[in-house]
Amino acid sequence: MSLMEIKNLHKSFGGLSAVLNFNFNLQSNELVGLIGPNGAGKTTVFNLITGVYKPDEGKILFADKDLAGLPPYVICKHGIARTFQNIRLFRDLSVLDNVKIAFHKNVPYGFLNAIIRTPNFFRGEREIEEQAMEYLKIFNLDSKKDEIASSLPYGEQRRLEIARALATNPTMLILDEPAAGMNPQETQDLMQLIQWIRKDFNLSILLIEHDMSLVMGVCERIYVLDYGQVIAEGKPEEIRNNKRVIEAYLGEEVT
Amino acid sequence: MQGSGKIGGRLIAEVAAVAALFMLGQFLISTGMLEQYYQIILTSMCINIILAVSLSLINGFTGQLSLGHAGFMAVGAYASVVMTNRLDLPFIIGILAACLGAALAGFIIGVPTLRLKGDYLAIATLGFGEIIRVVLQNIDYVGGPSGIMGIEKYTTWAWLFASTILTLVVIVNLINSSYGRAIISVREDEVAAELMGINTTRYKVIAFVVGAMFAGLAGALYAHYFYIIKPESFTFMKSFDILVMVVLGGLGSTTGAVIAAIFVTALTAFLQSFPAIRMILYALILIIVMIYRPQGLMGNKEIGRKTLARLWGGKR
Amino acid sequence: MQEFIQQLINGLSLGAIYALIALGYTMVYGIIKLINFAHGDIMMVGAYVGFFSLSVLDSNILVAMIYAMLACSILGVLIEKIAYKPLRYSTRIAALITAIGVSLFLEYFTLFLLGPAQRVFPDTAFPVNNYNIIGVSVSNKDIFVIVSAVILMLILQYIIRMTKTGKAMRAVSEDKDAAVLMGISVDKTVSITFAIGSSLAAAAGVMIGVYYNTVNPLMGIVPGIKAFVAAVLGGIGLVPGAMVGGFLMGILETMVSGYGNSLYRDAVAYGVLILILIIKPTGLFGKNTGDKV
Repeated sequence: MSLMEIKNLHKSFGGLSAVLNFNFNLQSNELVGLIGPNGAGKTTVFNLITGVYKPDEGKILFADKDLAGLPPYVICKHGIARTFQNIRLFRDLSVLDNVKIAFHKNVPYGFLNAIIRTPNFFRGEREIEEQAMEYLKIFNLDSKKDEIASSLPYGEQRRLEIARALATNPTMLILDEPAAGMNPQETQDLMQLIQWIRKDFNLSILLIEHDMSLVMGVCERIYVLDYGQVIAEGKPEEIRNNKRVIEAYLGEEVT
Repeated sequence: MQGSGKIGGRLIAEVAAVAALFMLGQFLISTGMLEQYYQIILTSMCINIILAVSLSLINGFTGQLSLGHAGFMAVGAYASVVMTNRLDLPFIIGILAACLGAALAGFIIGVPTLRLKGDYLAIATLGFGEIIRVVLQNIDYVGGPSGIMGIEKYTTWAWLFASTILTLVVIVNLINSSYGRAIISVREDEVAAELMGINTTRYKVIAFVVGAMFAGLAGALYAHYFYIIKPESFTFMKSFDILVMVVLGGLGSTTGAVIAAIFVTALTAFLQSFPAIRMILYALILIIVMIYRPQGLMGNKEIGRKTLARLWGGKR
Repeated sequence: MQEFIQQLINGLSLGAIYALIALGYTMVYGIIKLINFAHGDIMMVGAYVGFFSLSVLDSNILVAMIYAMLACSILGVLIEKIAYKPLRYSTRIAALITAIGVSLFLEYFTLFLLGPAQRVFPDTAFPVNNYNIIGVSVSNKDIFVIVSAVILMLILQYIIRMTKTGKAMRAVSEDKDAAVLMGISVDKTVSITFAIGSSLAAAAGVMIGVYYNTVNPLMGIVPGIKAFVAAVLGGIGLVPGAMVGGFLMGILETMVSGYGNSLYRDAVAYGVLILILIIKPTGLFGKNTGDKV
């Protein structure tokens, strides 16, 4: 069964179509890549799915509900989480607090409980802290829980962002260029991490990536976007040999 | 493991310390050891702490630049005086009316304006603050431009002290809860917060309403201590005064706001005897502090139990 | 109808003054994204310089205006160098507080130096004549204010559009980093912007002196904030926006006090501002720029 099905998605900015007639589907537990030259509209697609932009037209069916045009926080509650191309952590907050915020949508105590500090509050805070620490442990960040997020090295900031996204308990994870700025070794580790997350958390993953070895290595299916339109879709080996794709990337190396 | 016994013990110690502080103040005032002049300064300090801490919730923790805080103070002052002076109701009703009235004003103003960002929000809140003042100027029932005189002096040390502690407890507890983290995430990165499931608009409005409510409380205390209120006392310059305390203390630091409120009040009182150069010095201090320490006295750090424990060399 | 035209002329005079002050706000905001709350007080200083050159130096009104403009352009540059430049890369709110500090300093230093009393512009400086044109009374004050404001705006337009300095100003406000790479000195351009903005405020100050006959150390606060509202109304950072916003604001205010309740004049001004901000936050002439994610 399709977990997500997008039909005829359109978005234009001041007359320029950024995304045009975009159709897409994603199965449960599938790992799909979205590639395309710079400015093809990949991040716009992500912003439409997560509600940062409202689509002009089209449907985004997720677990049979249409999410098109809903605000991001509602979409998050339906089980879609994402990371950003240019890491967007809560920079001045501790590593632990960054993850704790993900649990707020199911906050286990009420507003007044927080203000008069009932036993409910203390119990709830303890639960949140324990859960958050579990996610930090998975990403090997538990020893850094009290450090300020912006003081972490780049690679750890990337990992924290993924940890924070997972902590919202999604069924679908969207990664925007997770390997950007990483060296080959770090990229290799990241590939393994992504594979492992998918299995362990039983997730569907959609990722944008420029690093072709990563995309071809981990993705089961790939969509190629150019000028806001899907120009190809298929298994990695099909994409590798697709003429239109090679043309779109003319000048860029497809290996 | 943090036992509830430990929490309970700490709570008792804190309550005892607060009670002692109150008794000390009460003793100094009722025996007359604290002269009238110093009593006025103490009152201003408490009122300014409430104003600064409540604005710091909006400007410092939620990151929404508001320049209309004096407007909410005005709503509180007028609402409470209408209750006590015009309708002869008890002070507690006046206080409640002040809080509710200001919170309502905060909600009505917050919902449409909090969509705006940065400077635009600042200007819109400044405009609303001024509109509140002009509207009050035009209501004859509350004395128009000349305001209301002869307000009963109901604001006692007990009211002042309890209100200040209440403000601090509510805002500090709010900030240090999951709701507080949601509020701070709005300041840190609105888009990321929204994508983590935080309804950012809702938390902006909550912070704005809570902040406005306490500004209203401060207004009620002010009105029932200083005998007279008039629209002129609540111009945007008053909002700037409060903002200055928050920024001097450090955006995102409650202890910073408290220290700055005490400092600014003391400085104002101290320089009262040199009226000519008082404002010049005040202005110079503002400029110099901002140039050499733009993050304010405390940055976004707090002085809390840990710091105090370290200072006294005690165990945490 | 005559009544309406009468109000319109009063509104245009007031609007011209607002527009001149608003221009300085908008130029400074456009270039360093700072709400220069001291701008209204620079206007006040300009009014005093004008007053002293009229009363002490016995100069004529145009010379007085030029003196005021020169003095204030120097003052504006000094303020920028001393107070704002160190904060160019720190938070916006720190810069805002500094601007409030500068504003208070100018107000109370003037108060300290010259006393709080109002001073009356000398009668001889500007003999008032009223002309009656088809039932509408037009004073030579109105003509003086409107004509000199329009001339100054034309000069400003020329500088911004035709000269190299203007090109540099536009470049810096568009993209500071790129401007540096093009060999433009940001410091110099910011200084020039402050000089021009402050001199326009000074001219407005002298006009207010002529128009209302009095000057006092706190005279800058209210027109300053109104002009700022006018700048936002037109779209802050946009020069034509400030001009239109200023005139609109002036006309609106005189209309409200002429036809309605003058006590509500201020509320209407702010009310319109808030409506504009809610409907189109970037002002009448502003372009909408979305958040980039």
